[in-house]
Amino acid sequence: MFGDAGFLTSRIEEAIGWARKFSIFQYPFVTACCGMEYMATACSHYDVDRFGAGLPRFSPRQADVLFVVGTISHKMLPVLKRIYDQMAEPKWVVSFGVCTCTGGFYDNYATVMGIDTIMPVDVYIPGCPPRPEYVLDGLLKLQAKMQAQHSSGRRPEPEPRPEFE
Amino acid sequence: MNADALIQAVKDRFPQGVIASHCYRGDATVLLGREVLPEVARTLKTDPAFQMNFLMDLTAVDFSAFGTRPSPAFFNSSGVGMGPRPQIPDQDPWPGPPGPARFLVVYHFFSLPLKHRLRLEVPLDEADLEVDSLTSLWAGANWLEREVWDMFGIRFRGHPDLKRILMYEEFVGHPLRKDYPVNKRQPLIGPRN
Repeated sequence: MFGDAGFLTSRIEEAIGWARKFSIFQYPFVTACCGMEYMATACSHYDVDRFGAGLPRFSPRQADVLFVVGTISHKMLPVLKRIYDQMAEPKWVVSFGVCTCTGGFYDNYATVMGIDTIMPVDVYIPGCPPRPEYVLDGLLKLQAKMQAQHSSGRRPEPEPRPEFE
Repeated sequence: MNADALIQAVKDRFPQGVIASHCYRGDATVLLGREVLPEVARTLKTDPAFQMNFLMDLTAVDFSAFGTRPSPAFFNSSGVGMGPRPQIPDQDPWPGPPGPARFLVVYHFFSLPLKHRLRLEVPLDEADLEVDSLTSLWAGANWLEREVWDMFGIRFRGHPDLKRILMYEEFVGHPLRKDYPVNKRQPLIGPRN
């Protein structure tokens, strides 16, 4: 009656996207000084609850969005990967701060050059640390992405990365 | 005791063990042979004249690349090069690296009751990187010595559990040595560089 993508289906997709983007249960993986700015964003002055993201869950099973906040070292990376694997689909990853985006100013034996070397990242929020306005902007971009996403929550497979030797 | 008196007191007690001493910028420093280190440390802790009951820091220095690159100048906030501040006493100059020894193990002691501090330095040759552990005297030396082992590969004889503290067990080498490539990584998972 409605065809492949008829009226009812597209309305349901929209409703699911709306519900998802305003009930972000985040998992804050906080390792470094960016956590201070994350806390400032989450507290009442900037009030991340206005966007439905005010309830951090400290279990990856209950979380939708993985906030990776702060420098990730090679010793920490397997733990982060495990947390990511434990989260249920649909899930999103926010790279908070320049260290998680690219490694930041660290270029040494200990630091991972960006968490996107091991997991797909949906929103990058660079900055050292990013201001709360910047974080909220990233959150709004993530909401737009959630709204636009297919209801199954599946994302295309990440492009294969070249192996460096 | 002030810095000069501290150095003199250590020299008087251990005339055979003290290699050199200086008071660069007001910090009393004594270079020791490693064979007398446990005895000197015990004296510093237990003798009522010293009462060094606080091991503030324990670290090491790798001098293998010393002098191969020019050091950056001191800069003030406007970017103009400047020397050290004149109020820092500088009449006793820094004597430079400890001769042929590659490593220097550095101990910083402080006396909480007497409010004086002393730095011990133990030069070590690369061929035999071992020095006695001070964990029996200061329990806080445990993790500090593990850190020195992890970062520099210097062994501590008599340490109860000498294993890596910062890096993971799979890590090969000691990253703060000057011959470790500055950005060589050994990732556990993910792409290798």
